[in-house]
Amino acid sequence: MTDPELSSIERALRDQAPRAAEPEAERAAARLAERADEAGLVEVAYDTVDTPVGRMLVATTPRGLVRLELPGQSFEQVLEDLAARVSPRLLELARRTDDVRRQLDEYFAGSRREFDLPLDWRLVRGEFARRLLGNMTRVPYGEAITYTQAAAQAGSPRGSRAAGNALGSNPIPVIVPCHRVVRTGGAIGGYGGGPETKRFLLRHEGWLD
Amino acid sequence: MAKTLPPFQSFLDEHRAPVLSFLRSMVGPADADDCFQETFIAAMRAYEQLDGRYPRAWVMTIARRKAIDHHRARKRRPEPRAELPEQPTHDRIDSGGDPELWTAVAALAPKQRAAVAMRFAADMSYADVAEALACSQEAARRSVHEGLKRLRETAPISDRSDHD
Repeated sequence: MTDPELSSIERALRDQAPRAAEPEAERAAARLAERADEAGLVEVAYDTVDTPVGRMLVATTPRGLVRLELPGQSFEQVLEDLAARVSPRLLELARRTDDVRRQLDEYFAGSRREFDLPLDWRLVRGEFARRLLGNMTRVPYGEAITYTQAAAQAGSPRGSRAAGNALGSNPIPVIVPCHRVVRTGGAIGGYGGGPETKRFLLRHEGWLD
Repeated sequence: MAKTLPPFQSFLDEHRAPVLSFLRSMVGPADADDCFQETFIAAMRAYEQLDGRYPRAWVMTIARRKAIDHHRARKRRPEPRAELPEQPTHDRIDSGGDPELWTAVAALAPKQRAAVAMRFAADMSYADVAEALACSQEAARRSVHEGLKRLRETAPISDRSDHD
């Protein structure tokens, strides 16, 4: 637009536009998440939880807790993965993750030894992994089994290597306590969240000194 | 097969501010929030239909429809809000809105008005404005141009309007 008078109108329109400030847009978006939840449109709700080992991401579906991501991973990548594998109708919504947050707080404060949460297993691939991870919820706080035992309990002749892979793919660590599987001979073995986190959890539960 | 959609939260974060700004310019700050909620609820319901190339235009199409619905609903009401107390003006203070100039925008022909609001309140590209108004970029530019000419006639720019 070359007309100078029109340019000055353009400028005036821009300057005086009833723009929404960022905090207002943020509040409107937060209300939207609650509205969408009430309308039953939210298929995945997520939030972050601060713990002694760092900030975790938790995601729930109407069936239960579907994912817990340990600190150190890209949460953005996790959300994209959830959008692709569960549903893109995914919103940050504290009230749908409150139970998980509360139980994690209690666990890290030392007042909870068992989690009582509905779990959504849909991100676990394969029968063997499903059985093996399902069994993990029965390994008590403060105890640990070996990879070989975990494999045997899941009824597989494939042994400890397959067990390691299945445990490494656990989409809900801590709550599904794959950290309670250690090497024969006492080494703690690998962990998705890094050996430091595994050592912290095993110490916290009193299995390690 | 099915295209991969971004998490709805990312979509919401990316478009929330321009959509709210656009709606404030279309229905006023007091009613913009309701229209905002309706816009994104509708977007969430229809999310699979998202046009991956023009997400901004797609959500603005919905927002514009909600603004039009809102205007129609107000017209249907026999005495629009006559008995209600004055609308709270909490948003006006930090909106920076000039009642006169943007009131003149409200009096433009519908397409010109929407084009001007998308361009100057929501800062959209002409490609997006065209897509949102289902017309060519040429036609989008023309609507804005006609709107500006009309505004020059009806709302002469006051001195205070552009000190910067």
